Amino acid sequence: MSRTSTSKQANTLATEEVIILRPTRGWAALNLRDLWRFRELAFFLTWRDVIVRYKQTVLGAGWAILQPLINMIVLSVIFGNFAKMPTEGIPRPVFTFAALLPWGLFSKALSDAGRSMLSNRNMITKVYFPRLIIPLSSVLGGVVDFAIQFVILLGMMLYYQIYPTPAVWTLPLFLLLALVTALGFGLWISSLNVMYRDVNYVLPFLTQLWLLVTPVAYSARVVPEQWQFLYALNPMVGVVEGFRWALLGAETPPGPNLMISSVIAVLVLVTGMFYFRRMERTFADMV
Amino acid sequence: MSDLAIRVEHLSKQYRIGAQIERYRTLRDSLTNIVSWPKRLLRGELALGSETIWALDDISFEVKKGDVLGVIGRNGAGKSTLLKILSRVTEPTRGYAEIHGRVGSLLEVGTGFHPELTGRENIALNGAILGMKRAEIERKFDEIVAFSGVEKFIDTPVKRYSSGMYLRLAFAVAAHLEPEILVVDEVLAVGDAEFQRKCLGKMSDVARQGRTVLFVSHNMSAILRLTEETIVLEKGRLALRAPSQQAVDYYLTSGFGQTGEHYWQPDEIPADAAPFHPIALRVLDTQNRVVDTVRSVEPTTVEIEYRLDAPITGLRVGIYLLSAHGELIFTSFDTDDQAQFERIGNRPAGHYLSRCTIPADLLNEGRYVVGVNASAYRVRRYFQDESALAFSVDAAGAPGMQWMEPRLGPIRPRLEWQIEHANEAGSSSLSAKNAWNFPGRGAQGGAEKPTEGKL
Repeated sequence: MSRTSTSKQANTLATEEVIILRPTRGWAALNLRDLWRFRELAFFLTWRDVIVRYKQTVLGAGWAILQPLINMIVLSVIFGNFAKMPTEGIPRPVFTFAALLPWGLFSKALSDAGRSMLSNRNMITKVYFPRLIIPLSSVLGGVVDFAIQFVILLGMMLYYQIYPTPAVWTLPLFLLLALVTALGFGLWISSLNVMYRDVNYVLPFLTQLWLLVTPVAYSARVVPEQWQFLYALNPMVGVVEGFRWALLGAETPPGPNLMISSVIAVLVLVTGMFYFRRMERTFADMV
Repeated sequence: MSDLAIRVEHLSKQYRIGAQIERYRTLRDSLTNIVSWPKRLLRGELALGSETIWALDDISFEVKKGDVLGVIGRNGAGKSTLLKILSRVTEPTRGYAEIHGRVGSLLEVGTGFHPELTGRENIALNGAILGMKRAEIERKFDEIVAFSGVEKFIDTPVKRYSSGMYLRLAFAVAAHLEPEILVVDEVLAVGDAEFQRKCLGKMSDVARQGRTVLFVSHNMSAILRLTEETIVLEKGRLALRAPSQQAVDYYLTSGFGQTGEHYWQPDEIPADAAPFHPIALRVLDTQNRVVDTVRSVEPTTVEIEYRLDAPITGLRVGIYLLSAHGELIFTSFDTDDQAQFERIGNRPAGHYLSRCTIPADLLNEGRYVVGVNASAYRVRRYFQDESALAFSVDAAGAPGMQWMEPRLGPIRPRLEWQIEHANEAGSSSLSAKNAWNFPGRGAQGGAEKPTEGKL
């Protein structure tokens, strides 16, 4: 017993690291190495969020399915029966559901990440770890729901006898784009939320408006040509178009719009990370 | 490389406090303000006031490996800020610190515990938060569970745990972190006596293994028992670094005016004290005058003035009395009396005075420190200030004053003494010629009263 402890101690002494604490000025480096070292924590927090989410609910993970299903029904009824938006010959439920999947991932990530810094306040004010892990893991938490919903989508496609296009292999890329977008905006929103609780009130409206400027309930082709460039500034346009294209063969094949969407998404992510890092040093004092 | 564990140089930390004070005097000011608005928005300056305080002001010290250093100071002196900087929770505003090795903290017990998760799941999560690798957690898992003593409930959500079980499990994880530098902050404030004992035990274990401990406490006797050296913080500055006894003496006797009363300043009242708002603490003599020196042979009144901004149920307001060396002499609450407690179970909002009388012939001469505690048992501690006020006791007229020797010990009670002269024959009678003429309760029937005062 004593031997193990001394050898352990010798071991730690040999690999002792020196941490220098000093005020950082201006824009700090992203310190991705530290992030990598704490990757297990990101995993644990994601896992916690997923486990906790449906504890003490009757339906459990059924909610992951029910939420987009109900959304789909509502949107299908409104946009199909009243607004009569075209769906390019794809059955409306599948057409809408295929878009609701990435949209749900995004909107959930947005609201979870926005709240994440506040709900993990007691960790932030007591222990050191790269704070980026918190919004990151709340974004990743949505992937589990996404996977469950994806199985339902496949079932629906089977039912309507729609088969994926040969381009289905690009789907993970669009998923990645959705995650990049969600994390990028999530970082901005979570760090602003630390300082201004106003964000909590703005976010629901923002998400609703965002849904309207994203081709979830309708096809992106409805948008007139001259507006397409502006439209594509919303990175979720590229994501949703891409999902429908890769899975259902609907919508415009990826082109300049996707490029614009991707550039914006990456830009938001990178600026979000730097902004987050810059504000990180005061999180513990302000949260 | 060196035998240094912590080096702190000119460390300072500034906090923004209070409300925004902004007045636009001229159009130009307003315009500049509008232009800089997005920038200030992103910096979070709109939600914060421009008023600032220095919570830490130019602190420098070093701690060698294996040292146990005490950190003491009044509320708001900067102790927590110092620990937060050293454990990397927040950044210093100025200065520099160097930490050799992993910092663990017993302050962090239960950080990230989620009520819905089971004990097993929380161990894994909490371990990860404290910086353990998954392999490390798995290796120590059984040990942690055994240490916590909650084996039977390990697969039960911790929200069903009693507070004691919860604390034990949380502590077990923190205690198995094996950091090179252990930071202990106010463990004595939480948990029951058993838990506190465990914490202190763990701390001395860590120290014995040659690791470094920073021990922050208001408990002077714990500081004296566990540390060799102590630093005293005063309003963010390092007032003294000295052997612990000296530091404690300094801390307990300095900084008090010779006034016999203490008004709490806003920066001495933590925000989480609300709705309890301490106002003043006074030492009064028999004529109700505020005095710095009281007489041992007269009763002394200690008065706590406070305000409740909202009703509190189960509140008890009380005092600690400490000697100048930091030994706790007694603790007493205004609702210690069962009947009184039942009568004043719920205290409505308002302005209060809680007053108690320290009986005559109790305290020895010397300097004493009064602390204040306002809490609801097992529910919440609203406010605590272990050393709010100091006063002196003058022993004139106290028992034993005819000898010029100092009497040791914090109390000097006037006890009734009886001296019996027992004859070899069997205590038949005392000689009337005996100049001492002791009273006895033997054959003479105790007719004489004790005359101790004449001795």
